[in-house]
Amino acid sequence: MSTALSKVVASDPSNENGYRTFKLGKFELSRDEYFVTIRWPAKGQMRSHQMSAEAFLRACMRDVAWNFFYGWVNFDHVIGTRNHYGQVDLYAGTFNGIMKQAGVDYTERFDGAHIMATFKAILRDWVNEGFDPFAAPVETGTAFGTKQGENIEAIERTRIQTKRMPGLTGDSPLRNDMPINRAFADVSQDEPEIIEEPGFKGQLHAFSLFKYLSRSDVTWNPSVTAVCKASLACPTTEEYILPVFHGNDRVEWFIQLSDEIVWDVGDKNTGAPRARVTMKAGDVAAMPADIRHQGYSKKRSMLYVWENVTPDLPKRYEQGDLSPFPVDF
Amino acid sequence: MSTTVFGSISDYQKGSIEIVSGDPKHYVFSNIFEVASKSKPYERVVVGKNLEYVQEVMRAEGQSPWFACAHDEFALCMDGEVEIEFLKLKEPPPESKNGAILAGDTPEGKRMGLIRLKRGHQALLPAGCAYRFTATKLGVILQQTILGDLSVEKWNEICLQ
Repeated sequence: MSTALSKVVASDPSNENGYRTFKLGKFELSRDEYFVTIRWPAKGQMRSHQMSAEAFLRACMRDVAWNFFYGWVNFDHVIGTRNHYGQVDLYAGTFNGIMKQAGVDYTERFDGAHIMATFKAILRDWVNEGFDPFAAPVETGTAFGTKQGENIEAIERTRIQTKRMPGLTGDSPLRNDMPINRAFADVSQDEPEIIEEPGFKGQLHAFSLFKYLSRSDVTWNPSVTAVCKASLACPTTEEYILPVFHGNDRVEWFIQLSDEIVWDVGDKNTGAPRARVTMKAGDVAAMPADIRHQGYSKKRSMLYVWENVTPDLPKRYEQGDLSPFPVDF
Repeated sequence: MSTTVFGSISDYQKGSIEIVSGDPKHYVFSNIFEVASKSKPYERVVVGKNLEYVQEVMRAEGQSPWFACAHDEFALCMDGEVEIEFLKLKEPPPESKNGAILAGDTPEGKRMGLIRLKRGHQALLPAGCAYRFTATKLGVILQQTILGDLSVEKWNEICLQ
């Protein structure tokens, strides 16, 4: 990462607002009190796009924490990244049907470590003291204003990696020492009862997933809680808006464990709306491999995200070897 | 602060799909409590399928047969109360076998112990073991596993169309 860090191109802090401006290839990213502005070359001139600074930082934070995730992470309807697993595209307008058709889009591919180092440097500089881009809006301070300190602890979180199941010896930890989130104060904290016969100590294992989730201090940040070969259970707690439109490079499944989430589903390539899916507790739905989706959760909810991490899946879907729809019936 | 809403086999609401373009079937939308309410006890109904990997729903009522599996499975109790007994099998299923199989009425092996689950509790069902559920209160189990001989697919019956 030290080589990647040395490739980060940043200006001196602005005399006006205190923030640095960053260059990534031919992209330029800057922020002021309220907005992030992204500039890129297309059709013989520099184009520009603005996002709310809060929305940009929430999206960028997920992209970093998820290591660019599976497929496309659309920060909004214009800007986003596509993961090629080792290399990453940053694009503007490329997956916006109208901008693509007009030829004002631009994509540039970067070494994964280079773009990761730049995004991390952006977060370190642009996230002010008191603002946590992982937190629900009612649980954090403002993202806006001139530069005021930093919040390194908040932006250094990553996805929890689990080898088999949390709480097993040598595996990821449980969350018994973390506080219960205000929205889950009514969730039972009791644990399963395990009775082992002599000679089998430590061979049986269980934990309360709902207790574990009730103590999550982040939103829209899946953690792995069960590994069955390449099948990963990645539950998460959700409140307010998923800060990105996730574009699928494989089929993903959602199981709503509590409360309700509404999903806007659009075409992966153009963003054209396809459906609105309302999921209530106990509902199961697939997100096909040719869509993008963004969720809305009015009350903090528990969502079981289920992923298949078989290595060659993106290629098989892209080549048409696999249907984008998981079941034909 | 509003109450956290969990569903149950006797009290659930199903969501919906508003289509702009395409087919509701593309979302393979079902509800685990509805599926369990219409299932036979311990019928392993597939509600999620990602190539060979599946999520199965079981109605936990009375006692199940002994199951065995060559790979890890995970049981999440979504409703009710369930006890799971474990046996270390003398002859576990071959490693190449995916999904759960029936282990017979009296599988040969050593008693490992038991786990008692309530709503929201998740148990590891370790590879090479036999396990048997006993519902002490009517319940619903969501099981992460691989498509196998006992998996039941009935998508037309369970999914929104």
